[in-house]
Amino acid sequence: MTTRGRKTVRSKVARRLVVLVATRKGAWLYHGDVGRKTWRSDGPHFLGHIVNHLVLDPRDGRTLLVAAKTGHLGPTVFRSTDLGRSWKEAVRPPAFNKAPDGQPGRAVDHTFWLTPGHASEPDSWYAGTSPQGLFRSEDGGVTWDPFSGINDDPQYRKWMGTVQDGTPDGPKLHSIIIDPRDPAHLYFAMSGGGVHESTDRGQTWMPIVAGLEVVEGLDAAEITFHDPHCVRLCPGNPDRLYQQNHCGIYRLDRPSNEWVRIGRRMPRRVGDVGFPIVVHPHDPDTVWVFPMDGGSVWPRTSPGGVPAAYVTRNGGKTWRSAAAGLPEGQAWWTVKRQAMTSDVNDPVGLYFGTTSGELWASRDEGEKWDCIAAHLPEIYAVEVAAPA
Amino acid sequence: MNVLIPTPLRSYTGQRVVEARGSTLDAVLADLDRQFPGIRFRMINEQDCMRPHVRFFVNGRQAFDVSQPLGPSDEVVIVQALSGG
Repeated sequence: MTTRGRKTVRSKVARRLVVLVATRKGAWLYHGDVGRKTWRSDGPHFLGHIVNHLVLDPRDGRTLLVAAKTGHLGPTVFRSTDLGRSWKEAVRPPAFNKAPDGQPGRAVDHTFWLTPGHASEPDSWYAGTSPQGLFRSEDGGVTWDPFSGINDDPQYRKWMGTVQDGTPDGPKLHSIIIDPRDPAHLYFAMSGGGVHESTDRGQTWMPIVAGLEVVEGLDAAEITFHDPHCVRLCPGNPDRLYQQNHCGIYRLDRPSNEWVRIGRRMPRRVGDVGFPIVVHPHDPDTVWVFPMDGGSVWPRTSPGGVPAAYVTRNGGKTWRSAAAGLPEGQAWWTVKRQAMTSDVNDPVGLYFGTTSGELWASRDEGEKWDCIAAHLPEIYAVEVAAPA
Repeated sequence: MNVLIPTPLRSYTGQRVVEARGSTLDAVLADLDRQFPGIRFRMINEQDCMRPHVRFFVNGRQAFDVSQPLGPSDEVVIVQALSGG
């Protein structure tokens, strides 16, 4: 794919892909053929580790990072430069600064999110942690340092809230986004704690929460109460972002700072609560979501036990189900925020992993789904990449 | 002194029992980290606190503070707590 301003020229050349699956009990790699019809399983890697994210560096096609911990041991990052045939542990994984004597300090429970840096900054990576922290590596993930000062900034610490303002598995910093046009233009999101933007390489940040709703009874003016589940920037138009929030689906068209709730057009029986959101790699009007039941006690299952992706082809004006091939009932799983993604082939392939350990794929932009793996542990993250 | 390594950490040591030196538990853990890079951070967080699901015993008695003094003949046992999943 070649990007010229906002116009994109699609590549018709299909490449072998690898689907990277992070689970509650280890990591798996699924190597595909050129047609994306057969997938060869490679795993488990780090059996028994809680793997929150597994990402291949698109700049070199060979550096693979894993964010891992176990039930007993502290968090770390593993690296491979041979697609998982061998691994080395980071020398200095993400960790907060040591607190001054007598003051309580924070400790990273797990690294939750990994984002490769800008194309012009080889070997740079960003990491988001639980509790919320932002970190950067400049050596391909070997050593990590706190990034930008937000980890210890009093205002940001206030916005990060308490454990009650986070997910059941702890509050998280996620959706670290680098503007492909400008390495100094960054976004991140926090559950809870809102969406934030920097235009000066992280020296200063500003929240962008206008237009976003919060849980009934809470004050939307309080940044802590904002819970963006997943934010994505459109490669086909980097001035457009989409967000799956605790309270709906939104679109943001810069330079506006006001999110527009586009999930109101979803079928009422389905609603617009969910975790993942996937943007089309070329078409900024096309977005997929995977709704879940956010009613009553928040079951976090597919609404009515009928899992379905939904797609809009017009920026959120209308939505339709994209569920062919998926179970038609009695399927009580859902898809977590990092567990749905797309490739850049033509037509675009979609991939998602379920809380029940199934890996699903579509070779035609969600028109038909196939289960390509089952009986895995609970899937936390799915990424797809083209190895060198 | 001898240090018994629990199974989750044997990917670092390759052995069930290793030797380490130090006059405190913290010094022993530092020596372990010198021999087996990365092992300390899996047990001790960045605030120098023991991780909640790792337990340390010195001569059979649980240690709660990494500054605990040790003698050369003491035996350190590192255990994965039953709470960790």
